Amino acid sequence: MIEKVILAGYGGQGMMLFGKLLAQSVMMNGKYVTFYPSYGTEVRGGKAFYHVIISTDYIFSPVIDEADTLIIMNNPSFDKFQNCIVNNTHLFYNSSLVHLPNDLPDDINIFKIPATEIANDIGNLVASNMVMMGAYNCVKNLIPRSRFLYCLRTSLTGKKAALFEINKLAMERGEQYVQENYNINYDIGQDE
Amino acid sequence: METKHLLTGNEAAAEAAIIAGCRYYYGYPITPQNELINYLATRMPQVGGTFIQAESELAAINMVYGSAAAGARTMTSSSSPGISLKQECISYMAGSELPCLIVNMQRGGPGLGDISTSQADYFQAVKGGGHGDYRIIVLAPSTVQETADLVYDAFDIADKYRNPVMVLGDAQIGQLMEPVVFHKERKNNVADKPWALTGSKGRKKNIVKSFYPVKGELEVFNKKLQEKYKRIEDNEVLFEDLNTNGADVVLVAYGTTSRICKDVINKYESGNHQLGMLRPISLWPFPTKKIREISESAKAIITIEMSAGQMVEDVRLAVEGRCPVHFYGRTGGGIPTPKEILKKIDELGF
Repeated sequence: MIEKVILAGYGGQGMMLFGKLLAQSVMMNGKYVTFYPSYGTEVRGGKAFYHVIISTDYIFSPVIDEADTLIIMNNPSFDKFQNCIVNNTHLFYNSSLVHLPNDLPDDINIFKIPATEIANDIGNLVASNMVMMGAYNCVKNLIPRSRFLYCLRTSLTGKKAALFEINKLAMERGEQYVQENYNINYDIGQDE
Repeated sequence: METKHLLTGNEAAAEAAIIAGCRYYYGYPITPQNELINYLATRMPQVGGTFIQAESELAAINMVYGSAAAGARTMTSSSSPGISLKQECISYMAGSELPCLIVNMQRGGPGLGDISTSQADYFQAVKGGGHGDYRIIVLAPSTVQETADLVYDAFDIADKYRNPVMVLGDAQIGQLMEPVVFHKERKNNVADKPWALTGSKGRKKNIVKSFYPVKGELEVFNKKLQEKYKRIEDNEVLFEDLNTNGADVVLVAYGTTSRICKDVINKYESGNHQLGMLRPISLWPFPTKKIREISESAKAIITIEMSAGQMVEDVRLAVEGRCPVHFYGRTGGGIPTPKEILKKIDELGF
């Protein structure tokens, strides 16, 4: 099993937290994982993209040229990574901010998630990353939800601890959205 | 159960240094190795160590000289342009036979270059970036785990030979996060160093220097240094051998590019030819004998680097014309892809 996922947005959209939590969770589940960040441009509004590879075997290069999954949070990210789309790529995009061109190949799986709107509805605009995470994990079924929530809880320390509930809710809304709109059967996994 | 940590190569190098007993770090920030200095700024005070962000790279490496002369386990780190600045003192440390660790997470060059990944400091690292007939031991990790392991071992090797050791990573290894498991912390952290400057009360005084002004003395000293380098060449060669025995084509690559070559071997599907890879882990001492052995049966060797062709010169010196040695490389942040390497292999008729 191998899953190559690129997370891309602008700085401040929480793609780094998403990627780190994903990597941490699958590592705890005993898989090989690499997390390769963009670096040197970590400013709010700057480009932020992360290559995460999850595998049951040794991972060769941590740089992804053919993505199993693209998670796209803004238009420049789509422009940058559309050449990584191959047959059967899963494309999750934040439809609140991203407008896709009409000429996309028809052998890819597109998930249109209004992540910013959903996050806004539950009262925290910046939780759009967790909406995407919920949708992504619901479709790909990579990690038990409880494992991810455990990592989320331990990463939110001090003042940020209060943000756990809203992030959890955002994730659940993401799961709910793809289940309602894309006919997905989601097994949330056993509690650990 | 052993605890796995998800860390960048920079952070893993920093923690491994702490576990290896290093308590004196001096550095100056530069991307892409800032996570290392950042980590130790927090960690060193927690273990009672000394962390100094120096006013420059020159100051930092000279502080390392001082701590090493006093017998301490000590290190500095930087990335390419910063390592260039440290070269004078690295030569002095080699000349004074002082053990230390220098970490270089290479970035694009020449000059200020860029912050993307590169392997273009190979010549500087293994041929001596400073003046004089000296060598430093150079170890090149390819994963975050190996970065931790080599940093841990580097201090022992440095102490054993009283010689600077460099861990030569690149931006990708520095920035990449992977699971890592650390060794247990050492009980006895510092080797016995009777030559160190520890205060000479009750014993003959020690002198640490690289200056031999009396005619003839320097030649005697240099001969002794060369004998030490010979011992290192005999004992400290490290490499990973992946199916080179009987291989028609052998890829030679270190660090980041070696991971890409493993993927190439995985993807190469041709019934007629066997593909292998040799990954030098110690770049100096170089696995010359092993490459010579490979060249006796291989039909071709291809060296893959993120440079315009540097290690390939050492491969050719080892091969001495026994088989053709080809090269494929990218520079300035370009990373060779498996497709490009497979195309190169195909072009050569394999």
